[in-house]
Parts: sequence; structure tokens; C-alpha cells
Amino acid sequence: MKTSGDPITRLDGPAKTTGAARYAGDQALPGQLHAVLVPSTIPAGRVTGIDARAALATPGVVRVLTASDMTRVHPDLDKITCPPLATRFLPMQGDQVLYEGQPVAIVLAERLEPAEAAAAAIRVCYQRDAFTPPETAPAEPPDPAKGDYSKSSAVTFQKGDAAAAIAAAPVRLAARYTQPSRHANPMEPSAILAAWEGDRLTVYDAVQHLPAVQGALAAVFGLGADKVRVVSPHTGGGFGAKAFIWPHEILTAMAARVVGRPVKLALSRQHMHAMVGPQPQMTHDLELGARPDGRLAGLTHATANITSVTDDYVEFGAIPSRAFYACDNITTDHRVRRGHVTLPTFMRSPWDGPGSWALGSAMDELARRLGVDPLDLRLANHADTDPESGQPWSSKKLREAYEEGARRFGWRERPRGGTRDGHWRIGCGMADCSQGQARFHSTARVRLAAEGAAVVESSFCDIGTGPATVFAQVAAEALGLDPRQVTVRSGDTDLPYSGPTYGSGTTLSTGAAVQRAAERVRGRLAALAGWAPEETTMREGRITRANESRTIQEVLGAAGLPELSSDGAFDLPGGAPVDMGEAGAPARTFGAIFVEVGVDPELGLLRLRRAVGAYSAGRILNPRTARSQMIGGIIWGWGMAAMEASHYEPKLGRWLSKDLAGVAIPVNADIPPEIEVAFVEEFDARSGPLGAKGIGELGATGVAAAVANAVYDAIGIRVRDLPITPDKLLAA
Amino acid sequence: MQDFSYARATSRAEALALAAEGDTAILAGGTELLNWLRIGIAAPGRVVDISRTPGMDGVEALPGGGARIGALTRLNDAAQHPLIQHSYPVLSQAILKSASAQLRNLATIGGNPLQRVRCPYFRAEEPTPCNKRAPGSGCAALHGFNEKHAIFGWTEDCVAVQPSDPAAALAALDAVYVTERRDADGRRIPARSFHVLPSEDPTAHTVLEPGELIVSIEIAEPATRSAYLKLRERESYEYATVSAAVVLDLDGEVIRRARIALGSVAMRPWRLDEAERRLQGQRLGGPEVEAAVDAGFAEARPLSSNAYKIRLARNAVLRTLNLATRAS
Repeated sequence: MKTSGDPITRLDGPAKTTGAARYAGDQALPGQLHAVLVPSTIPAGRVTGIDARAALATPGVVRVLTASDMTRVHPDLDKITCPPLATRFLPMQGDQVLYEGQPVAIVLAERLEPAEAAAAAIRVCYQRDAFTPPETAPAEPPDPAKGDYSKSSAVTFQKGDAAAAIAAAPVRLAARYTQPSRHANPMEPSAILAAWEGDRLTVYDAVQHLPAVQGALAAVFGLGADKVRVVSPHTGGGFGAKAFIWPHEILTAMAARVVGRPVKLALSRQHMHAMVGPQPQMTHDLELGARPDGRLAGLTHATANITSVTDDYVEFGAIPSRAFYACDNITTDHRVRRGHVTLPTFMRSPWDGPGSWALGSAMDELARRLGVDPLDLRLANHADTDPESGQPWSSKKLREAYEEGARRFGWRERPRGGTRDGHWRIGCGMADCSQGQARFHSTARVRLAAEGAAVVESSFCDIGTGPATVFAQVAAEALGLDPRQVTVRSGDTDLPYSGPTYGSGTTLSTGAAVQRAAERVRGRLAALAGWAPEETTMREGRITRANESRTIQEVLGAAGLPELSSDGAFDLPGGAPVDMGEAGAPARTFGAIFVEVGVDPELGLLRLRRAVGAYSAGRILNPRTARSQMIGGIIWGWGMAAMEASHYEPKLGRWLSKDLAGVAIPVNADIPPEIEVAFVEEFDARSGPLGAKGIGELGATGVAAAVANAVYDAIGIRVRDLPITPDKLLAA
Repeated sequence: MQDFSYARATSRAEALALAAEGDTAILAGGTELLNWLRIGIAAPGRVVDISRTPGMDGVEALPGGGARIGALTRLNDAAQHPLIQHSYPVLSQAILKSASAQLRNLATIGGNPLQRVRCPYFRAEEPTPCNKRAPGSGCAALHGFNEKHAIFGWTEDCVAVQPSDPAAALAALDAVYVTERRDADGRRIPARSFHVLPSEDPTAHTVLEPGELIVSIEIAEPATRSAYLKLRERESYEYATVSAAVVLDLDGEVIRRARIALGSVAMRPWRLDEAERRLQGQRLGGPEVEAAVDAGFAEARPLSSNAYKIRLARNAVLRTLNLATRAS
């Protein structure tokens, strides 16, 4: 029986579509109070007074907490790095205000409505300081003393002499590409319910990594991790916004401790914009030099992204320039522009998403200059080994993906750029998709009951991408069961430790732990039957060796056992919690996106007509959920290309629109049915025993560049500043 | 959101009586009122629900041509009514381009033109300089993010635009908002002057007075040669960057009369009077048509970031003229 690799439907689908799935905001405890945060209305300064008299007079209001009411964080918190802590700066530990929207008080009430009314009635007095709008601040090298983000990758990289190589190259390109800040806007805004019992804390939280929240909250209060339990059975989309521990989570747990009652906080969409970081606005300066045959002689890529005044978040957007193409002379650099703004954060797709936009556009411009097909330019620069380290990839079948994508799209037979369809001008474009592959230490337990039902237990969280289905398939395959006979329990730190649901690393990491646990159970069952495990097969509730066959029930019954339970682990070299592939075998996913757009240059309209994505992403465990992931990524990329932008208002020092009415994201009507997804056959044995890699972020890379390239193909206008809105498309 | 009391009107007389009391907000579809209450644009002590008031919904033909649409007619019911579909395609199309299908099932034709501006400074959850939110506080959009703001009729006190799609179509149709009041006679307010320009009052939205209810909307003679074009960066569920409503009266290939209203370019649906005048007697597709339309934009003035909207609106008018020609 083969179950992983089958396109089964989501096992948690019915619970989610009927509303039975309980998200953090659905949780309730007796005696709980509803919290509403009072945000700062200034971007910089100090709180000099808070008048809460009217708020406290509101019927139903129990407490108004200000900085002086909050406990101070325990020194243990200093040992928690950023990430997983989102920011070193915790509001309400003093009177300082460093961004608009920063919480300065908390209203606690018996019901949500009086809490909201009272929050609006609080009068905060400020001493205003001058503030710095981040986008126009000077670009400076990240400071390692301003948090750990700048240690996540190499800030600067140099190989050969890029400047000299470019200067000597016969074909050159220098261009700046920009992209705006974008908020993740998951369907479920962040929510948390915190409750203390003595010195034990339980939180129901919307997260992407439960043990990280457990560790951080334990450190905040100087507790052992065993004193903190985090429960998150479902998370309603994350996209990075729930990856790390943001101040509202800490403040809610503190508030619950101060008042001695459970406290529930659900951020409004507006508060979500101000209190949880976006992908930062950034600029990319690229220079490329090529030989007449198209091969890159030199490549430089320097980025600058906005960050807060408290932490240096570095969006490593130049990474693609040291990973995508073979080149002997590469220089990359990353800088930050510090201002009074919410600290930015990782968002689908971090690093490679922004970088592939800039590099994918530049390569298209270079192809035009060289007079070669953009796909041929990529083939001429195919990186057989990792350009940064010179080491062989863990696996890579990009050439096959190019071929499959081009065949399905009809790339070689595409209509000439600018072909008319009524008022529409047709254009086609393509770009590389690639994402660095993270791997995370993870563990899982598999329990097999006599009646042939299995349970998978691990603390991973399902943020809507389907791991609970895939892991049931993995266990079912090892135990010869139907996936529907496997129950997956997740989202609770009382379960075995799992790595996070970000970095596209859940399937390959936690999935490997599930597989090992299931195989261990199977080995023990065989041993109980008196057989060597490798001589047995399992199918439909029976274990079989040669002509002998016994049911699970018979074997366990004979041994007097109600169930068999085994733990499995996916361990990384050196006991690391995370790495970017096996030493000597850097891991990445690859692919290409081909799009056809229509542009109406008189009316400034841009519409997607069709898209084909072809990917080299290791073994695909469930083609149905994988296809959905990739389509979602392509739509995410379309939003980046065509409409999404969160504007920082430089005169007011705040995000201009903090809602979904003021920030457009794609709707169904924008997305044509003609989106094709293909995966090449691949098994990446170096990255993990499942042969799988991650796909959660891959699909969103490259899309914006492909769209901009298609727009150029259609009307000859090169858009280097996202999003591609009507003002940039109107014919002069 | 602050607490409020709730009352439901069971008759038109009761609705008018309740509406006449101070500190009251009227609830019809509720799709926009909820935004006001959540954001803090309005904080009424009382909400009067008129949504179940009898005799205020439905579409009927008027004697001698024309149509009357009850104010409480749901947007989708109005758009899909055969009389509106066949005789007033510009209005049917405008409604169907509004909001989302779900909202159109709830929102009313009388409530839609009362929606307030979509300027992000006006809609901010915390006060920003905005004369419509806090009279006298200024206009942050004037030198701020104003890509989607006005190109006609703005002043330094307000550069916002009225986004209603049906209102633009109704202005092109020379429709009339029929109102009633408890303490005074009702009025017949022309759709083209229902909204208030900032030169008249930068804090105002419409000419409707407190306690005055729209009870119906009346449209005169059928306008089968008419069309509505809505431009926006996404295909659905988005306000217009620019929209154009065109109603044509043709004599063969010659324009007997053209009526053109632009949406989302000013604080009210903007009739291109000069263009309309010059189009009279022009042959369709002739070179004079473009020049006539251009004349309608002579008084357009860009803000710091929205000059493109002038060209976009001009092109939208030309395209919609063609669409209207092919209608019927």
C-alpha cells in the first residue's frame, strides 16, 4: 500500500468547513476577561500621563493596566534570541514610545464591547519627540548589537572581483528595483488566551511554533519551560506574522498574572497592522555584466530595508544573487534604514521573495539587451553547484523543471509580445523560483492500538497548509493503514517537540520524525511476532512474513499489550535546532514561473490570463495539497506584483491604511482558472529520509518578476517599482 | 464602539418620526453604518432600523416612461430587475460593479449614495488631520498619499472623492432622490447635486438634512444606450480609481445628446457639461469626439500624485462612449 504520494483530500477539511475547528479566538475559560490594547497615537516620545477615569467608569470594565502595573521581565529573557523573540523592545516596561500603534495601556473588561468603548475613552498625554520616517533614513550596515537578525545569514559576501568583471563585460546593466512594505493579513488576526494556575501558565495562541512561545514566556517570568503550556490546535494562516513572539503575547500573559484571571486578547485588523511587523519596504541595486554568450561575468546586489529604531531586522534580499546563477564574481550587501515604525518581520516568501523580484527582473532586462530568450539566458547561467559555497546541491532538477514548464506553457511558441486581443495587449514573462531550505529538529510519537488505529502526536501546528493530512499519510504508509485510520494530535506543547511551521521546513522535518516513530512501532510489532522487521510487510491491519500473516490485534493480544508506542526524531548534525541543509550539501528548492498577462494601456489595467509553475522540490507527499500550496503562492505573488502596498505615512509617522479596505489583495475574480502546477520527479535523500523538501514559500518567489517581465513584453514599459498599478501602465 | 439604543420603525411615518430625533443614525442595509460605528466616524446614541418599513422597496414603472426605485430596494434586486436591466443598463451595470455579491444582497439603493468617502485619512481608526472627521483639523491628503483622490472640484480643505457607483449612474441619468421629512415637505433632489463639494462645505457629505429620509429614486425616460465602466487594480470588490457613466441619445450615427458622469474623481459624481455640450451633433467615432471629451477636462486639476487620473478618466470616457453606442 502506498499512501504518501497519494492526492488525498484534507483530513481536517470537514472540521474547518463546519466551524468545529477551534482557533485561539474561539477558546474561552470561566472567569476570563477581554483585553483591548490602547495604542500610542504618536510615533516617538514618552507617555506623561494616562487618564483612565472615564474608562474605569464604563460598566463592565475591571482594570486598566499601564506600564507601572506590569511586572518587569525576568533576566532569563535576555537569553532568548531574536528570532524566535520578534523584538527585543517590549512596550509597557517604561514610558518610551518608539512607534505609532505601540501598546501603552490595556483595558480589561468582562465583555469585549465595554473593553473597546473604554479603550477609546482613555486619554493619553505624551511628550512628543521628533521621529524618523524609515524609508528616507540613511542606509546603514546592520549593527549586531541591535538584535540577532543580522546573524541569520551573511550580511556581506564577496567572491572574485565583481566590480572589475562588470566593468570589463561587453554587456552591462545597472538598475534599482523597489518594493513596498506589505502586511501578511492572515485571515485570522493574532489572538491569545492566557490563564495562570499558581505558577503554571497555559496559553491558547495563534502561532507558527508552539515550543518557541513556551520558551519565551517561561523566560519572561523566570519559569521552567515545564511550567508553561501552549495550545494551538489550529492557526488561521500565518505567512510569518505568527512565526515569532510579539509583544501582545507577552503583555497578555502578564496582564493575566496581574489580575489573577484568564485574559483573552484578539487583535483587531488595525492593531494587527501596527503591532505585528510587515515585510519591509526595500530597495535593490543590481549591476550585471555578461559575456556576449550571456554567461554572467559579474553580479553585484545591494539591498536596504526599513527597520525599527530598536532592532535591526535584515531582509536578506540579495541571497538569490549568490544562489541562483553560476558566476565567478559576486558581491552582495545588506543595509537597513532605521525609523520609528513597527519592526518588520519574515513574510512569505522571506529573502528569496524580494530578491527574486529584483534579480528576476534584471535578468529579463539583460536578456533583452543581449537579444536572447530569457529562458536561454537562464540555461546559460545554470548553477550546477551552489555559487556561494561551491558545494554540490542536496538535489536539483531545475533543467527538468524549465523544460516541463516551458512545454506546458508553450513558451517556445508563445505569441509575440504586444499581440492584441481586443483592447488587451498580451505579454508573456518568466522568472526563476527558488527558496532556501530550512530544516528543524523535530520529534513525534506514534501509537498503534490493537484494533489497527494509529495516533500521531507532535507539537507542530497546522497553519492551514495540511501537515496533519500529510503526516497521517506518512504514518499510514509505514503501518499499512488507511490515512483515515490515523488520528493526528498536534498543537500542544504537552506533545513531543516539533519544529516550527515556517521556513518551508515542517513536512521534511516533522514528517521525518513521524516516519521514524512509525517504523519503530512497526519494528517492535514484528519483534513481538517473532519476525525480523525487514522481512515483514504491513497491510490492512495485518503484519505479514512470507506466507504467515497475523493481525495487529493478534500480535498485541498475545503480548498482553493494549497498544505500541514509539518516539521518533529528526536530528540535525551537532544537535542544532535549525540548519539550511546538510553540511556540504546546501539545500534549496527550484523552479520557474511562466505567466501570460493582458495589459490595457489606455485604461491602465493589468490582468493575469494564465500561469504555469514547474518546480524541483523533492518528493511530493500529497500532490493535491501541494498543488493548492503552489497556487496559493502564485496568487500571493500576483498580489505582490499587481496591487499590495502598505504605506508608511511620513508626515504622520504611521501606517496609512490599517485595514483590508485600504490595502488591496487579490480576490477570486483576479485569478483565472488556468493556473497549472507541475513537479518534476525527485527524491532529495540528502535533506531528509522522506526525500521531500518544503514548498510553502517557493510558489510565491519569482512571480512578481515574471509579471513585470510580461508587462514589458506586452507594452514595452519596464516597471521597476512594485506594485504595477494603473499610473505606471498608462500609455503616454 | 459605544453603546447605543435600538429602535425599529414599522411604518414610514414612524421612521420619519424616529429619524427626526437628534443623535440618531438610520440603519437600512447596515453595511456602511457598521463601518462608521467601528471606526468611530459616527457614535450615535440611538440607531433606528428602517429596513423592515413597508412600502419602501421594489421597482415600478412610472406612467409615461421612467422608473421609481424604492429606497430600501437591495442593490442586487435593483440591478437584476428587468426594467432596470433593459431600460437603464448603465445603472444595472454600476450596481453590479459595486461591493461584493454578499454586500449587494444587504445594502440598499437609498443607502449606497450615503456612503462616505474612502479617503484613508478619513477612514483612519485614530484621528488624522481631516476636515470631514474633525472640522478645522486640515486635510492630510492634500500633500500626502492622494493617488486616488480628486481631480475635479477639490479645495485645500478636502480632496476626497465620493466612490458610489450607483450615484454616478444616477447622475448621468438625471435621476432624482425623493425625500420626506417629519417637520417639513419632502424634496426632489437632483442626483448630480446631491453630494456637497468642498467649496460649498468641506465637512459635509450630502445635502440631506438631519431627519430627512430618501424614500425613493426616480429616473425619467429610458436610457437603453448607456454603459458604465469601472477601473480598479483588482477585478472585483474594490472602489473605483475612476468610473464613467455614459447615456447616449443617437440619431443614426449622430449624437443627439450625450450625458457623462464620472465617479471617484470628485466629491460628487462629476458631469462633464462642456464635453456633453460639444458632443451634441457630433458623428460617432469622428475626430471631434476626442476633442469634445478633452474639453470636459479643461478644468481638471491634479494633486501631487494623481495626474494620471486625468488621462485615465479621459480614456475611460472615450471607451464608455463606445460601450454605450453598442448597447441596447
